[in-house]
Amino acid sequence: MSQLTKDKAGDGFWGDLANSPSTNEFLKGLWKENPVFVQVLGMCPTLAVTNTAMNGLAMGLATTFVLLMSNILISSLRNVIPKQVRIASYLLIIATFVTMTDYAIQAISVDLSKALGAFISLIVVNCQILGRAEAFASKNTVGKSILDALGMGSGFIIALLCLGTVREILGNGSIFGIPVFPNSFQEWVIMILPPGGFFTLAMWLMLFNYQKQKKAAV
Amino acid sequence: MKETTQTSETSGTKMLLTMTGIGVICALLIVLSFQGTLPRIEQLKAEALEKAIFKVVPGMVSKRTFRMESDGSLTEVSGKEKDARLVYAGYDAEGKLVGVAVEAAGMGFADVIKILYGYDPAKEAVVGFYVLESKETPGLGDKIEKDAAFLANFEALDVALSEDKSKTKNTVVAVKQGKKQNNWEVDGITGATISSRAIGNILGTSTAEMAPVLYKNKDFFEVKKGQ
Repeated sequence: MSQLTKDKAGDGFWGDLANSPSTNEFLKGLWKENPVFVQVLGMCPTLAVTNTAMNGLAMGLATTFVLLMSNILISSLRNVIPKQVRIASYLLIIATFVTMTDYAIQAISVDLSKALGAFISLIVVNCQILGRAEAFASKNTVGKSILDALGMGSGFIIALLCLGTVREILGNGSIFGIPVFPNSFQEWVIMILPPGGFFTLAMWLMLFNYQKQKKAAV
Repeated sequence: MKETTQTSETSGTKMLLTMTGIGVICALLIVLSFQGTLPRIEQLKAEALEKAIFKVVPGMVSKRTFRMESDGSLTEVSGKEKDARLVYAGYDAEGKLVGVAVEAAGMGFADVIKILYGYDPAKEAVVGFYVLESKETPGLGDKIEKDAAFLANFEALDVALSEDKSKTKNTVVAVKQGKKQNNWEVDGITGATISSRAIGNILGTSTAEMAPVLYKNKDFFEVKKGQ
């Protein structure tokens, strides 16, 4: 995965594409400003619900949906909302979409809403979403905000998948519920508990920073 | 000085209007999505409960729902009733009562655990168990949902009644893993001590109250079937 995103930000075909201004709005979220690995934002859901790849994916999709919808609404209302009450307005808008997502997930599957539980409501206070509203959507056009939300959302999904996959393989011996190890494999239960989240995140951050340093040195 | 007061006053009205406007839009969106998803959510929950009922009463093929009144008598109801204590009677292909599914709840490690268990009046035993809702720690407390050895406790958990059939002879209680001596004890899980003890307590409290009532009504469940 790191190889793929490296190509996207580097030269060649992906580099040309990345240099055009509109695709740059999308691609920056994947690598250069990845919300988890570079900005280190939204750690609560990142650490809490990535105990399996499926939970990570579902959380990533839910967050992306909220990010996209709130970015669209906030950027289209950016000339109407007075500066003094902007944060309150953003929170109101974000909370609305989170509530809608919560209902949608409950309507999709009982098991999924059981697994994600309280963390869906906590998307409201995911500082990544408020951060994008304040730093981007409130200053840019709707089109650009959509690209920004999709990019940041995809970056978030990739990051949660990276964490969830590693933790599920080691902690449960499976990927997306499909066993990958023989029965004799002793699961590392700690990997699906909170400390495992910190360990895995630390290792991914190490990898990202190592790559970044190597690139800077060249 | 005067000017600034004026600007802040006008923007105050504007602020209020904006917030109200956004509030109205948001409220509309929430109400719409709530109304839109409600039938589906209720249907899914009912399906999940239905599946669980058939799981905790082995051998049942049909179901009837009864509402339990405060005096312990039972009335047959059709469909779901809000805020009522319901028990679900299960029958085999010949219409014979094979067990009754009962909901129970109690405090676990993280939050309230909601369970469903099957009671067989003929065997005077708990014959099935399923966790409907729990927020127990993944990897530790949630073993109460999937640990095979723990679930084996509920294949035939003794809740026999005393001589006068007014209360259970022994109260269901959780013991340490491997320390199970009697049929009414629940063998706990190491690493999920509090959660497994909570299940023992929930079952103990609920069966102490429900087993005598259900036993008393065991013929009533059958009689109604003929009509």
